[in-house]
Amino acid sequence: MKDSFFRQVFWSRFRTNRFAMAGALLIVFLFLVSLLAPLITPYGPDDLDLYHVLMPPSGTHWFGTDDLGRDVLTRIIYGARISLKVGFVAVGIAVAIGTVIGLVSGYYSGRLDNILMRFVDIMLCFPTFFLILAVIAFLEQSIWYIMIIIGLTGWMGVARLVRAEVLSIRERDYVMAVRALGASDTRIIFRHILPNSLSPVLVSATLGVAGAILTESALSFLGIGVPPPTPSWGNILTAGKEYIEFAWWLTLYPGLAITVTVLAYYLVGEGIRDALDPRLKR
Amino acid sequence: MIAYLAKRILLLIPLMLGITLITFAVVHLAPGEPVEMQISMNPKVTAEARERLKKFYGLDKPLHVQYAVWVKKLAMLDFGRSFAPDNRPVIDKIRERIPITLSLNIISLVIEFGLAIPIGILAAIRRDTLFDKGMTVFVFIGFAVPTFWLALLLMYLFGVKLGWLPVSGLHSLGSEAYGSLRWLLDMAKHLLIPVSVAAFGSLAGLSRYMRSTMLDVIRQDYITTARAKGLPERTVIFRHALRNALLPVITLLGLSVPGLIGGSVIFETIFAIPGMGQLFYGGVMARDYPLVMGILVIGAGLTLIGNLLADLGYAFADPRIRHGQGS
Repeated sequence: MKDSFFRQVFWSRFRTNRFAMAGALLIVFLFLVSLLAPLITPYGPDDLDLYHVLMPPSGTHWFGTDDLGRDVLTRIIYGARISLKVGFVAVGIAVAIGTVIGLVSGYYSGRLDNILMRFVDIMLCFPTFFLILAVIAFLEQSIWYIMIIIGLTGWMGVARLVRAEVLSIRERDYVMAVRALGASDTRIIFRHILPNSLSPVLVSATLGVAGAILTESALSFLGIGVPPPTPSWGNILTAGKEYIEFAWWLTLYPGLAITVTVLAYYLVGEGIRDALDPRLKR
Repeated sequence: MIAYLAKRILLLIPLMLGITLITFAVVHLAPGEPVEMQISMNPKVTAEARERLKKFYGLDKPLHVQYAVWVKKLAMLDFGRSFAPDNRPVIDKIRERIPITLSLNIISLVIEFGLAIPIGILAAIRRDTLFDKGMTVFVFIGFAVPTFWLALLLMYLFGVKLGWLPVSGLHSLGSEAYGSLRWLLDMAKHLLIPVSVAAFGSLAGLSRYMRSTMLDVIRQDYITTARAKGLPERTVIFRHALRNALLPVITLLGLSVPGLIGGSVIFETIFAIPGMGQLFYGGVMARDYPLVMGILVIGAGLTLIGNLLADLGYAFADPRIRHGQGS
């Protein structure tokens, strides 16, 4: 993507999309909030207060307190850190693997392509959540493992996308020209093909962040995700399920946080898609 | 058509082998052994007993030998015995759970497709109306809401607050004594929340997909021709456009299988439904290798078959493929 293209065309299109801009602002807001968490919250995420357990929302605790008297709003704000981290690292891993496999597969085609794509087919057959569960449960509970495993099970879509792009770019005249000039395969792939095949990846990565956040929260909800006492939106919900009969606020607010965040990434992802290629706009 | 069919079926063999290889690798390369699990609960086990236990489960042999033994048995549909204390054949355990998960998924699939297709079509032909815009918003929310959270909220609202519906299990206590009609009604009541949440989760994506394929079709020349001939709009949409717009949906049906099976873990845990997901979760926690591997292979195999059926359905429905033109 050329610099001028980005500024003139992409940005001017993206800016006029009200939904996408709202999503982008929301993501910026979430980043700020999670960065500044210690400054904006009067409580610590692990401050116990056994005299005020399961208190409904009030002036002192806007979102109420949990079963150990911890402030729910504070824990949700700190939980945003986990979600952002998981989303970006997991998708980073998935995009890196997917891009490499897609590039190699599309550029060299033939037998190697066939083998790699069958591998993708096989990976896509597994119910992803089962695969993640099978591995995660055998490992020590840690946020790093979660990010890695979500990344390792989420690259197949990117690989297919990149491969399709490469297949069409490979035959274009400018690639022929570079090859005729004697450029090496590596140079052609990384200098000339990769930059031109990244736009669909950008869209799928943005949507992927949303998916990774959802997966992490589901894992933490099942009790095999982010280990307590570290607050994550999913593990706050675990307590929420436990006390759903007397403490609705423990369930309502963390779930809203997930929904709003995921929604923001979807809106931005769709916005990027429309801005990159208005023909696709529907 | 027959050559195509043969090719597809032959391709199943390497894919199935790949599935077993990945399954085996995932389960065996992860740290922590099933034997350790049993020992940690009982510190009095000696080193010798531990070796005996390993030998009993065949875990003392090198990995490639273990794999070969396992695959050879799989080829004869022998999934081995569970490591759990009951030591029952894995296939029996799966067989009693699979109907529950499958029927739950089929019911939600029917609801999902039944709602998403008309919604998508309506949104496409009434493009940019209030209905279309409302649906777009609904779709985005549907994408973003974590299904397990929605399940919790509905449980709270209908189960706890209003008390209209039961919140867990498949049957009420003492339902064995009910007449068959009452028994069925009782089960339907138990299934209402899980099934609607499951359907809602994928409704969004499908209806959006349906809308965009329908929009694609409507733009084609032959639709313009049909309109130019003076056919009523109803005929144009339902006789000419709909058929082609429905084709890609067949493929989607096959693709949605793994997601549904994977999602069952969460639903079955929340609602205490004794299905495959719950079985798998328990197996994973107890490091029950044969059970975990068996479910992974069956889950992936079901997806493979689902995709094949979808592709065949597509080939059958699309005359371009049926008559051997095109790809």
